[in-house]
Amino acid sequence: MSSIVPEITRKSITELIKKGERADGRAQYDYRDISLEVGVIEKAEGSARVKIGNTQIVIGIKPQIGEPFSDTYNLGVLMTNSELLPMASPTFEPGPPDERSVEMARVVDRCLREGKVLDLEKLCILEGEKVWMIFLDIHVLDHDGNLIDAAVLGSVAALMNTKIPAVSVEDCKVIVDEENKIPLHINEKPLMCTFAKIDDDLIIDPSLEEENIMGARISVAMREDGSLCAVQKGGEDPLTREEVIKVIKSIYEKTKELREYLP
Amino acid sequence: MIFVEDKDLVIPGDVLADEEYHTGRGTFREGKNIHSSLVGLVAVRDKRINVIPLQSKYIPKRGDVVIGEVTDIRFSMWNLDINSPYSGFLSASDVFGKEKRDLNKAFDVGDVLFLRVVDVDEVKKVKLGLKGRGLGKFKDGILIYITPTKVPRLIGKKGSMINMIKDETHCDIIVGQNGVVWVKGNPLMERVAEKVINMIEKQAHTSGLTDRVRNMLYKILGKEIDEEEVERIPEVDED
Amino acid sequence: MKTDREVIIIILNNNNNLRADGRDFNELRPLKIEAGILEKADGSAYLEIGGNKILAAVYGPRELHVRRIMRPDMAVIRCRYNMAPFSVGERKRPGPDRRSVEISKITADALRPAIFLEKFPRSTIDVFIEVLEAEGGTRCAGITAASVALADAGIPMKDLIASCAAGKAEGNVILDLSEEEDKEGEADLPVAIMPRSGNITLLQMDGHMTPEEFENALDLAIEGCQKISAVQKEAIKNRYGEENE
Repeated sequence: MSSIVPEITRKSITELIKKGERADGRAQYDYRDISLEVGVIEKAEGSARVKIGNTQIVIGIKPQIGEPFSDTYNLGVLMTNSELLPMASPTFEPGPPDERSVEMARVVDRCLREGKVLDLEKLCILEGEKVWMIFLDIHVLDHDGNLIDAAVLGSVAALMNTKIPAVSVEDCKVIVDEENKIPLHINEKPLMCTFAKIDDDLIIDPSLEEENIMGARISVAMREDGSLCAVQKGGEDPLTREEVIKVIKSIYEKTKELREYLP
Repeated sequence: MIFVEDKDLVIPGDVLADEEYHTGRGTFREGKNIHSSLVGLVAVRDKRINVIPLQSKYIPKRGDVVIGEVTDIRFSMWNLDINSPYSGFLSASDVFGKEKRDLNKAFDVGDVLFLRVVDVDEVKKVKLGLKGRGLGKFKDGILIYITPTKVPRLIGKKGSMINMIKDETHCDIIVGQNGVVWVKGNPLMERVAEKVINMIEKQAHTSGLTDRVRNMLYKILGKEIDEEEVERIPEVDED
Repeated sequence: MKTDREVIIIILNNNNNLRADGRDFNELRPLKIEAGILEKADGSAYLEIGGNKILAAVYGPRELHVRRIMRPDMAVIRCRYNMAPFSVGERKRPGPDRRSVEISKITADALRPAIFLEKFPRSTIDVFIEVLEAEGGTRCAGITAASVALADAGIPMKDLIASCAAGKAEGNVILDLSEEEDKEGEADLPVAIMPRSGNITLLQMDGHMTPEEFENALDLAIEGCQKISAVQKEAIKNRYGEENE
């Protein structure tokens, strides 16, 4: 019905969660069914289609050769962009990215950047002049909650799937060999897990219904080596210190589970 | 002459019959012939052809009973979402009579009510009312949403399908004609009812549904299928 | 007495003058359509033709909040055609460009005649077309997919709308131009029809053609649309196929 959650629905979901159950039969710390396919868009140099429950996102990677930023003249560039397509939800409007879309793109970007998925030095072609710019576009097709975890999982998979043309430099001119494609060098595989707080309980991978009544959420990214690289708290309500630590303690196991889905 | 059979799956534009027949729901006449305007199943009643859509929005009709959610409170009325492209309004005088009261003390945003559609005008403005037996505000329970055209299937002939679900799950169940269903009982039973109702929604257009629903209920509830009991459940007309 | 069309067919076949991808002049690229693939949208369809991958979704009829365009006597139809940044060779900047705006408008115009809009006053039917991968002829593919999505959403219509393009490449009038043929060719003619009547709801031409070539191309496109219409019907019936014994 409307985007205002009916009071009785809020009550029934909250009471179930208090008993350690969820409306769709999952346990507190269970993810919904996950599927991950790579190489789904041939025109993109790398791509992935990820589904968590009914949430569905397509990620496409398009590398371009361009100028580096002045303060990082010898590093390639990763640009993350996301679109919450109006087809994905009755509440999404067409138009320039709204704050939800921008937050998601920036959180995913932070996770990949601080997680050092790519070795940006390896993407430098000609110092100060030409570098690889990796454009990562997140296209949300169907929104049933927890876009962030799906976006990160799909983005890492899409980067793993990416092949860029070999380049050589001759007389300060860049020669691109389209016939010779080499996989992007993947350094690390950081993944993100999102928890939602409903009343005083924490659950993982909130469905849209659960997101609509949650008081707060916290997304944490962890690399394969067990180090944390990004955290984002959202929602109107505060979190206690104990709740945050509880989440951090369960991230290792959960990201390990998610990592199984990567190609 | 009719070119299709009862229960055939048709799509927009398909020709159904010629001038011997009358147009019913989901059909239109073009020249001599009757065509389907929807994706749905043919339902022939005497000389009238209907197409029951497999997917549709609820369009409010006077006299319908619906389940709605309060989304806004104005000076002298509540606005409700009734699972339709058209929202409905309930006027304060309907509830309070002539007295002036604070509206949100009676119903607040997020409350779910069982109402009657009192009137629908030409531009589909919907007036709702609470006068009638059983109408009012819901307390506790869960809501399930189904395609409005499947409501008759969920209810069953003389209520047989919905009563079977109520009896087996010991839940109170109210079905709004707008496709919103309210279920209240033991939380586990509420979820069982939800499973069954969703299954009926997906398979509303198939035959043998009553048996499958009965078996599903027995399976989930761990009951043995008692031969004698099966005899006693009245046959449901599959339509 | 052989018609001009029959003569052309014979000449082409005798010279084995097939196209780069092996197709005959009147052959469509491989086409696949699937209905009802999204959860949240009221209706949806996924379509592949050649290298095109198109997703169409419909919400509606639903409440219209923009009073300015609301009509008291019927629903309005709004369409948004968009290409994903990764759908083309050179990344496309996100957001509508003038081409997308035009295609959005002509798509709405192509679909509108088939819909019983008067049934839903003061409401909107929103159509979203997303090109996930492009390979020539995306506007036609979008209209074809959108029509299936509308049917899937339960929107009452007089007929489906099928769309494809014919054109001219290397002097030959051909059906369903690939990206290559479109780029190198002399003319492009997108068409959309209501298959039962053959009435045309979209017609554009871009390039250089004689009136005879135009007529040939138009007929070719209409034939192509009829073939596409059969695939649309299949897709809709398959959606309910397994559940309907």
